[in-house]
Amino acid sequence: MTAAVPPTTPEPPPRKLYRSAEGRLLGGVARGLAGHLGLPVLWVRIVFVALVMAEGFGALVYALFWFIVPLGVGGVETMTTRPLTTVGPDGRRRILARRPERGQIIALVALCVGMGIFIQGFHLGRANTYIWPLLLIGAGVALFWRQADNARRAQWVELSRSKRVLPLARGATGVVLVAAGVSGIVVLQGSAKHLGAVLQAALAVLVGIALLVGPYVVRMTHDLSEERLMRIRAQERAEVAAHVHDSVLHTLTLIQRNAEEPREVARLARAQERELRAWLYRPEGTGKDEAEEPDTLAEAVKKTAAEVEDHHGVPIEVVVVGDCPLDERLGAQIQAAREAMVNAAKYGGDGGAVQVFAEVEGATVFISVRDRGPGFDVDAVPEDRMGVRESIIGRMQRNGGTARLRSAPDGGTEVELEMERAATT
Amino acid sequence: MAGGASAAGGVPTGGGASAAGGVPAPGAVPVPGPAGAGGAGADDAAVPRRVRVVLVDDHRMFRTGVQAEIGETARTGVEVVGEAADVDQAVTVITATRPEVVLLDVHLPGGGGVEVLRRSASLMADQERPVRFLALSVSDAAEDVIGVIRGGARGYVTKTITGTDLVDAIFRVSEGDAVFSPRLAGFVLDAFASTDAPPVDEDLDRLTQREREVLRLIARGYAYKEIAKQLFISVKTVESHVSAVLRKLQLSNRHELTRWATARRLV
Repeated sequence: MTAAVPPTTPEPPPRKLYRSAEGRLLGGVARGLAGHLGLPVLWVRIVFVALVMAEGFGALVYALFWFIVPLGVGGVETMTTRPLTTVGPDGRRRILARRPERGQIIALVALCVGMGIFIQGFHLGRANTYIWPLLLIGAGVALFWRQADNARRAQWVELSRSKRVLPLARGATGVVLVAAGVSGIVVLQGSAKHLGAVLQAALAVLVGIALLVGPYVVRMTHDLSEERLMRIRAQERAEVAAHVHDSVLHTLTLIQRNAEEPREVARLARAQERELRAWLYRPEGTGKDEAEEPDTLAEAVKKTAAEVEDHHGVPIEVVVVGDCPLDERLGAQIQAAREAMVNAAKYGGDGGAVQVFAEVEGATVFISVRDRGPGFDVDAVPEDRMGVRESIIGRMQRNGGTARLRSAPDGGTEVELEMERAATT
Repeated sequence: MAGGASAAGGVPTGGGASAAGGVPAPGAVPVPGPAGAGGAGADDAAVPRRVRVVLVDDHRMFRTGVQAEIGETARTGVEVVGEAADVDQAVTVITATRPEVVLLDVHLPGGGGVEVLRRSASLMADQERPVRFLALSVSDAAEDVIGVIRGGARGYVTKTITGTDLVDAIFRVSEGDAVFSPRLAGFVLDAFASTDAPPVDEDLDRLTQREREVLRLIARGYAYKEIAKQLFISVKTVESHVSAVLRKLQLSNRHELTRWATARRLV
């Protein structure tokens, strides 16, 4: 999918104002604005704080921005950009545990306390008593909103299950703060004597709401996850379809073109079949992309056989039992096996498929390559022909293994390679 | 479709090749059942044995191909008496024709080959004329293999098998032997590989040294005859080893086997 690159430099897309999801302290408003205006974040924050000093106007503006401006991937770069995901050893993507947002919470608390003290400086008379409850409510709402932001962000970044508790706790804390603030106001209206009753009433209301809304919310989240699953499936299907269409159609075209050459047709069909199999039956959790370099014996044997098969147009059946990581000696064994496969394909390919068998048993790795060709006499090979003697037998012996060539019963040739692997498991 | 069904019913037609001209050959027992069923064992010793086969595969092209490769009864001794393209059809056809061997595709609409095996359990267990199953598949997935073998199939070959080998496999299965492709052998070796888990049932959860050797040679592409030569035993002994492995495969509760099987709800 390569689009033609236009000769002109592409214009930067029009910048939209988003709240920054990364590296924010509160709602990401300042960071988003800074990114939008091309200013350092610190300046914007200072301006906001200054505005807050001015009769709390800044807080109002900030709240408005927070409420209206959508969360996005905007704003300026954070100092330390960390990848959100990492690929685990088993090939699955994992979400990196993010630092708990201590800085943000501290910022929130500091802001509240600061504002409280600041406003207490004014002599507002009776209204003064309401400041702390109101601030509590504000803090609660802020926490809750942040949580909503996080929920939205989770749509881009799949949060792993283990991180579910923290958001819940944060949301709950927000609700509790709001409830406490409201109760505080009510208590101030009445008297401290009623505190218990009021709290109970507030709790009852909360529980009632939870009971009313709970099932609905649960069903909605369930539907959402269902929908997400369907989407992933559809995507997977589309991916497979695209792959299959592409390469299979390609192969079919080539087969039609080479219809006169049965060997070539067979080779093309085998190669395509192998590729498709690798795609369809690859175990879960491994990447679907072509692996660059195999790092286990089974992979290496299969890859080698595939290359020889492609090059010589003789089908090679591979059976592997067990598996182990590759080391230097096994690399040599694979090389020797390749040589054996090439010989089998060249001289014994007319007898049908070449059969390759590899087995890992404890520390011993055994590979046999067997063809059903006319066979040949090892001793009759002239001295100056280095193929078998050097690249198979010699190579194995130099690396501390053994190689045996023999005529298989009922015709054909069999090469048996044995090697002790470095005991590191 | 071979086996012309006469409307007379009840009288076996001897597969249309009997020289007795309408009179049942001596020794032929009229089998109550569907018309046109050539009585098993009705052949004289001079006539090579016939095997009645049903093809079950949802790809018509593949059925046609197999029919062309093995269906020439005079040449191969295989007589295709029915075809089916899905699970329900398969059960109906198998019940109606009572073949000796069913070539069963693993992937079938309506529940897969495993479902056919499940619903044909009574036919498989029949003492007189058991119906035996040989699984064919394009897949190499372990759970497919283990599924059909545990479901009762007597063998597993991939669809790339040559016509000659397939006929050979059909005859082998019809005689009650097991047929392992190299890949299946390799897979069984893998599944029974020595693990730290102690075997639950010593007899079923372990392969003997001899069985292991036989499987290894199958995986290396040896034919039964060659294995016999290599190990200095008779072909019959090789067959009994393979059958023993098949039995273990079907009955063992080894955790690897059951894991695959339960993952697909095959047990």
